[in-house]
Amino acid sequence: MNAPETEIQQAVDDPRLQLAIYTATRRLIDHRAGVVNSDVLPYYQDLRNEANAIKKHTIENLDYYLEQLESNVIAHGGKVVFCRNGAEAADFVLDLAKKRGVHMLVKSKSMTSEEIHFNERLEAHQLEAVETDLGEYILQLAHQRPYHIVAPALHLTRYDVADVFTKELGAENEVVIEKQTKFARGVLRQKFLEAEIGVSGANFLIADSGAIVIVENEGNARLSTSAPKIHIAIAGIEKIIPRAQDLAVFLNLLGRSATGQPLTSYTSFLSGPRRAGEIDGPDEFYLLLLDNGRTKLLADPEKRQSLYCIRCGACLNHCPVYRKIGGHNYPWVYSGPIGAIITPQFHGITEDTWLPFASSLCGACAEVCPVKIEIPKLLIKLREEVTEVKRRQQSGDVERLAFRLFAWIATHPRIYLMLASLGSLFFPLVPKIGPLKKWASQRTLPEPAQQSFHQYWASRVGRSRGSE
Amino acid sequence: MTAREHILSDIRRALGRAAGQPPLETAPLSPHALAAPTLRIPQSDRNLYAELFGQKFENLGGKFFRVRDTAAVVPAIADLLVQKSAVASNAPFLRKCGITGLPQVHAAFTDREELKAACAATDIGITSVDYALAATGTFVMLSSHNEARLVSLLPPAHIAIIPRSRILANLDELLSILPRPADQTSSMVLITGPSRTADIEQILVRGVHGPGEVYAVVVDEE
Repeated sequence: MNAPETEIQQAVDDPRLQLAIYTATRRLIDHRAGVVNSDVLPYYQDLRNEANAIKKHTIENLDYYLEQLESNVIAHGGKVVFCRNGAEAADFVLDLAKKRGVHMLVKSKSMTSEEIHFNERLEAHQLEAVETDLGEYILQLAHQRPYHIVAPALHLTRYDVADVFTKELGAENEVVIEKQTKFARGVLRQKFLEAEIGVSGANFLIADSGAIVIVENEGNARLSTSAPKIHIAIAGIEKIIPRAQDLAVFLNLLGRSATGQPLTSYTSFLSGPRRAGEIDGPDEFYLLLLDNGRTKLLADPEKRQSLYCIRCGACLNHCPVYRKIGGHNYPWVYSGPIGAIITPQFHGITEDTWLPFASSLCGACAEVCPVKIEIPKLLIKLREEVTEVKRRQQSGDVERLAFRLFAWIATHPRIYLMLASLGSLFFPLVPKIGPLKKWASQRTLPEPAQQSFHQYWASRVGRSRGSE
Repeated sequence: MTAREHILSDIRRALGRAAGQPPLETAPLSPHALAAPTLRIPQSDRNLYAELFGQKFENLGGKFFRVRDTAAVVPAIADLLVQKSAVASNAPFLRKCGITGLPQVHAAFTDREELKAACAATDIGITSVDYALAATGTFVMLSSHNEARLVSLLPPAHIAIIPRSRILANLDELLSILPRPADQTSSMVLITGPSRTADIEQILVRGVHGPGEVYAVVVDEE
């Protein structure tokens, strides 16, 4: 697909949306800056290096750590289900719900579940999945996908939220944010107490403990994993780290990079169902390990670092492209710079060929990435691949022809000189006509010089000869 | 082939690894990958932890109390309990502080459904903690017969009674003491301030699904 130019133009031209994106990302940038600077966190760069090394090691030995994780989950009384794709994950949940006679489940925020259209798959079989993160709940009611990895409803105002609650829930028109939050709490509290299954994602999978770690602020993940009798966690296979102690590195980076919190309100370290003697907690625990294309990213030693991502969203907040075009103009649930590198790798390089080019390569993303993914480098690599595919498909013919023409002109001096003098004459028209019109509309072009270099040189040589 | 076999064999083919092969340290050799992780524990005076914890906790929007001994706990929180109902966890330290004997406090739950109903209907949950982290103002709660998960979660307010000796420097020290928390419990939760959201217009609101009000009482002498 080509870039959604009309939608992008609409986003850029919408002052309310631009203000919302700008304000939210600015706040997230400032909050992060306040907690990673060297005065408060002198070893921040060491943490990034360690996080990168741990991720690199784990991904390069992924099969080993997955098997270790699996045996430790089983040792703690849980079950592990490997799923090749969204259909397999949904089928497992549908089957379990059917066996247990469950018609509704509560769900905490999970980008992985968004990726596989989990809710839609369940709803097609009359199993209701209720999102419980406030932002995700609003989006579920509004039938929209997340605008941002950590701030899903970043693009909506309190007035939009009031409209959604009125239209979808018959609520009174309420525009005070505290009251909107309280209203949602009331509706969702009932769901938590009724639900027999809670579904969560996972920020980390801990191989040596058979555990999952969930980082959140609202408490909905704690409720989803503690109140219902069954807990199902869905996580991509790349979320794994070897040891619980590695959390000293990752937890010190994730909250800071995402929202500027040294630790978020709640960090849950969960392993299996409740143990003997524990008063509450689920009776059954299932960990769904999802591939859904991830193994395709492993073969290339350079590109596999895309799997190090811990989904903090910092690269989105700092990206001049994301901050103008917003989240919904990216073709997949993962937006911003990280979306631009993983989407083509998951979906195939021939889909959305514009994506690796939607970057100024300014490098801000790599600068703030807590696990040091070399995003600009990968963008360039993907650009090469797109260009190579196009060359093979001959769809780059116009460009090739243009360069062949240029080569011919450049090797024929008389014609070159003639065209060059014509060129400087017509150059000022370039922004107004022809294929460069769109390109030039966003750029200030330099004025052509009074004389060409050839003319200048000729006159200089002429002068020096004259003085002899 | 099962999905499991498919995925593991796809991974091994991509990485050039064999089944059962131990993890390899790959070039360039990274000092961090297989060696013990670096834990950064500040060597400061333990007597200062309570005060530091209090500062951090109040910065998060919590209310901090510090009392000399267990006898001073109930008087310190008496105002919070006026006209309120509460559920207390089974932590022996709460009994020692005289909390479980208070008329408005329901305690000694052992059944999950009864506990859930009680916590959903009460104003305040009262717990002790397994540890507290000074650097971040964090409570560390391990699920057990003493501490249920829902007491610190369902009620709109949470009071934690903390023996001073349980305060650690930071997360790194916790992980040095508990290198594998799953050996002890199905659930370890780090609670750092009240439940909060900024999902609408990035405006901070406290008390979404968990408690919006949090109180900490540090007891110097157990």
